Amino acid sequence: MQTKHYQKLYMVPYFLWIIVFVVAPLLLVLYYSFFDVEGHFTFTNYQKFFTPVYLKMTFSSFWYAFLITLIALIIAYPVAYLLTKTKHKQLWLLLIIVPSWVNLLLKAYAFIGIFGQYGLANGLLGLVGIAPKQILFTDFSFVFVAVYIFIPFMILPIFNALNELNDTYIDAAKDLGASKWTTFRRVIFPLTIGGVKSGCQIVFIPALSLFMLTRLIAGSRVITLGTAIEQHFLVTQDWGMGSTIAVFLIIAMFIIMAFTADRKRGA
Amino acid sequence: MIHFTGFTLDWYRELFHDTRLLIIVLNTLIIALLSSIIATIIGVFGALGIYTLRKRQTKNAFLSLNNVLIVSPDVIIGASFLILFTMLGLKLGFYSVLLSHIAFSIPIVVLLVLPKLSEMKPSLIDAARDLGANNWNVLAKVVFPYITPGIFAGFFMALTYSLDDFAVTFFVTGNGFSTLSVEIYSLARRGISLNINALSTVLFVVTIVLVGIYYLITRRTNMKGVGVRK
Repeated sequence: MQTKHYQKLYMVPYFLWIIVFVVAPLLLVLYYSFFDVEGHFTFTNYQKFFTPVYLKMTFSSFWYAFLITLIALIIAYPVAYLLTKTKHKQLWLLLIIVPSWVNLLLKAYAFIGIFGQYGLANGLLGLVGIAPKQILFTDFSFVFVAVYIFIPFMILPIFNALNELNDTYIDAAKDLGASKWTTFRRVIFPLTIGGVKSGCQIVFIPALSLFMLTRLIAGSRVITLGTAIEQHFLVTQDWGMGSTIAVFLIIAMFIIMAFTADRKRGA
Repeated sequence: MIHFTGFTLDWYRELFHDTRLLIIVLNTLIIALLSSIIATIIGVFGALGIYTLRKRQTKNAFLSLNNVLIVSPDVIIGASFLILFTMLGLKLGFYSVLLSHIAFSIPIVVLLVLPKLSEMKPSLIDAARDLGANNWNVLAKVVFPYITPGIFAGFFMALTYSLDDFAVTFFVTGNGFSTLSVEIYSLARRGISLNINALSTVLFVVTIVLVGIYYLITRRTNMKGVGVRK
């Protein structure tokens, strides 16, 4: 018995980590959401969250996250499909993944240059004869850059799903007289829905909580849940309200995860 | 800055003469190395612990707790750690950043080591025990060599996560201490300046080299893995 206890001793740091850095922070966020700026116990934060100001912000945050996820999916699916058909799959895949290894800040910074008043984008517009436009600090640039950043995370799971797809199913569908579109709709897409779901999950949750891009690229025109939390914590120092928004973001996260969970195991 | 007139290395010269920036680069590297080494040690033992758990339910409970920090948005991690450190009375700076980097790297290491452990045949351990190995011998001579690729993958992942992190660091960094991501953010808010471009290029090259090393390691170990299976 004693040796058994001794054996488990090496798990102590990991246990401590779970308690201090996983359980405690979540409980603390919940705890703080019941306090106002002066430190009184109150429910006003939750009441405030359901006022039009915060609901509108929540709604717009979800709308942008939805747009980003949808556009990323529309681009990523065909790309992943074409990737499975190329000769050097792994090399192409690596090339697509490389940008995701580059520091996020650098990518955002690069786009400040590209979209700026004298940047590449306006230069190209100038060649076609269109006068320089304000591209940076618009919601268009925000969605564009966000999609650019998240696309590798969407392509990867879809690529894996498509890659595992057994070609004989497609042959079978063809033999049974299905058109290309029918094959896609009835065979390929349903079989790769797992990849699509996990891709959407990986993109949607961070898209809800982006806060650096909203300032650098969208010039604070777009306010996401993440921006609101950051503002409350670091600018206005209203930790209670920030925690309340964080609680709702965590709830949203669990709902999304439940929606996009793979139901294969249950069935 | 707007009109291109010619090539120059001035911005690189300026970059390498900027001691403040060099200190920040050094900080970033120290944080990344220290945090990934410590996270790898704790994570490997954590993975071993989860692996040896008997009950399926406890195992799943541990795995879910393990994954909380991976799926949580950075903002939540940052904000909750900020509350935590303030509650504990820890001064924001080097140690708070180091602790949070260790904290968010541990689950990644666990996730990369666990598959290697479950891939290992239990008969290997039984054989070692039959041959008279004690616990430590089993661990050092059988288990560790087997899961080394997983450990390396975990370490490299932790390293890149730490080098890349902006959001969590931004919350817990306080006033005096800064890492590269946070510094680039505050510079970029002021607009384009060409020494950031030079810095970006340097960082980009470093990233590509790291990716190359990671790719080579995984490719080599994959080949080894195939060899073992034969």
